[in-house]
Amino acid sequence: MIHLPIVKAVDRKFEANPDEAPTEDIRDAVLQLEKEGEWIVPRVPEPYMEEKTKFGRIKKIPVEKTWHHKSCGQCGHIPGYSTSIFWLNRAFGLDYHDPMDQTSCTAWNYYASATSNPEAQAAVALRNFASAYKSGYFPVIHCGTSFGHYKEVRHALVHQPELRRKVKKIMEKLGMPMVMPEEIIHYSEWVLAMRKRIAERQVIDMSMITATVHPACHYHKLIEEDAIYDSEIYGAQRSAIITSTLKALGITVGDYSTWFDCCGFGFRHILVSRDFSRSFSVQRKIEVMIEEVNPDITITHDTGCVTTLDQSQFAGKAHGKKVGLPVLSDSQIAALAMGAHPYKVLQLHWHNTDNTRFLEKIGIDHEKMWAEFQVEADKIKRGEMPYLTWEDAEKK
Amino acid sequence: MALNPMALDLSGKKYANVAYEEKERLFDEVKADDRWHHVLYGCYECGICVAACPSARFYDFSPRVIAQAAAREDVDLMYTLMNDSVWDCSQCFSCDRCPRQNSPGQIITIMREVAVKNGLKTAKEALEGYGRIIYKIMSTGSQVSPDMLQPNAFPDWGGHVKEISDNLDVWRKALPPETLHTTETGWKITDKTIVELYLIWHMTGVMKLIEGVDEGLFMILVDVMEERLEEAGYDDISFD
Repeated sequence: MIHLPIVKAVDRKFEANPDEAPTEDIRDAVLQLEKEGEWIVPRVPEPYMEEKTKFGRIKKIPVEKTWHHKSCGQCGHIPGYSTSIFWLNRAFGLDYHDPMDQTSCTAWNYYASATSNPEAQAAVALRNFASAYKSGYFPVIHCGTSFGHYKEVRHALVHQPELRRKVKKIMEKLGMPMVMPEEIIHYSEWVLAMRKRIAERQVIDMSMITATVHPACHYHKLIEEDAIYDSEIYGAQRSAIITSTLKALGITVGDYSTWFDCCGFGFRHILVSRDFSRSFSVQRKIEVMIEEVNPDITITHDTGCVTTLDQSQFAGKAHGKKVGLPVLSDSQIAALAMGAHPYKVLQLHWHNTDNTRFLEKIGIDHEKMWAEFQVEADKIKRGEMPYLTWEDAEKK
Repeated sequence: MALNPMALDLSGKKYANVAYEEKERLFDEVKADDRWHHVLYGCYECGICVAACPSARFYDFSPRVIAQAAAREDVDLMYTLMNDSVWDCSQCFSCDRCPRQNSPGQIITIMREVAVKNGLKTAKEALEGYGRIIYKIMSTGSQVSPDMLQPNAFPDWGGHVKEISDNLDVWRKALPPETLHTTETGWKITDKTIVELYLIWHMTGVMKLIEGVDEGLFMILVDVMEERLEEAGYDDISFD
């Protein structure tokens, strides 16, 4: 056997020059179409933050006045994910909007069943963008698939005048304008851009924690040049998303060989071919992370990834696999670092894999915290309070 | 040696009785899609797409074979793949790593759409059991809902699902954002939003796709949507 030296990604640094980018900057075309009267382009509200994308271009990320395009999977099955995003906004006193005039992007269904078409996909996206525009807030997308899919929709609308014409007709019938935001923003980009401010407000020491990172496929593989990169993180040879945030929190990030693999979600597979999702998630992700890094936790930034990596470990355990790795989103760990309640805010009881050892390691008395949550839940059960308010969740 | 029941039969024998013209018609439909010229530029046969592909590790599935068959315009093979291979794809787009700038995942997306549009039997079979999800997204505008977390739906997620199901109402009310106090949808969605969504389904013809793969589901959806549209004043809209 020939032993080749392993060159770690971090040993080489890639300094991108936007003037040498091999792809068009689609945002120029978006603005050109605005000049031609094709659509309205709401600008990123000022003051905004700036991060670099794959080819060194600057992406503007809003601080506030954000319209939160929620994720059906997050809200439905891991609601502490979205709650943590909102909690962070509230903790910084930022103005945000949690709309009810919002549908799912419908891309999960499209990737799973193909029972849709480009016109319907584009119309759904633009209806949501028009709703955000009407509210005066700027869209921030919670779901990685919605984020990637909307960028594909943007690409298609820019390059296919016929599609634009069809969608314009639909929007006219709905009585809504054609709207394409200046930037398409994923919430994890906002978390990353806010990382120094989050670290300044950190109350839980996480320096003893080692984490692995799973970057979501639809974040960095669909329209890849729009993902955040940083020459100080993996030498900009892969996206800095999540890793930058965790490093700012003092967490050690361990590298593992299958980082590029998907989580096993598969869209239709997680629902109707679940053996694939379970097996891939456990064998290609969780076991590899444990064998190569033995982390305390793994952090990801998309709906399907948290769900698949977390839920699949139950079956893995039954088969005697190396599992037992807690899975959280970057919004949850950022909120936890700033002192958010693990059950009232992070809603960890919706997660499957045991996370109590992790909580103990960072000094959180999870039994006490769970009892606090139970007190509130019992009040709701007895009809003494209608629901848990933000004030209830935030009180110390 | 026993045959692997999961092996993909690329001999062409399985669909030998399907007329070549029919196979060609379907392939022409794939090639007529506006996206076609942005997803296939040739194939180096390098196999990078296969190396990156999660489905290739667990199924007899190859994004390279799909890109090759498409580039060679192999009508028979494309028909076999449209029936017996495309539904194995995970739609992660790891194959976009292609140095030739192909996107086998996007080729598959178009092939799936054509399979559904033409009501292929294999597409119907692939989507069996998926109807409740289509119902949810089409009728409520939110694909995943809390009340889907039932032990019989997710037995391989363990007793944890039963605990959620038993406490669902209380745990949903124990969420600070008021939009999340729902059990049938991911969040509270306004009536106006749903009506607009139904109008989009109507204007884009996606209901015809549903009819092609699941007539029963189509009829249920039509009932729900037409009633709601009528209430909103759109009594002239019909999906039939």
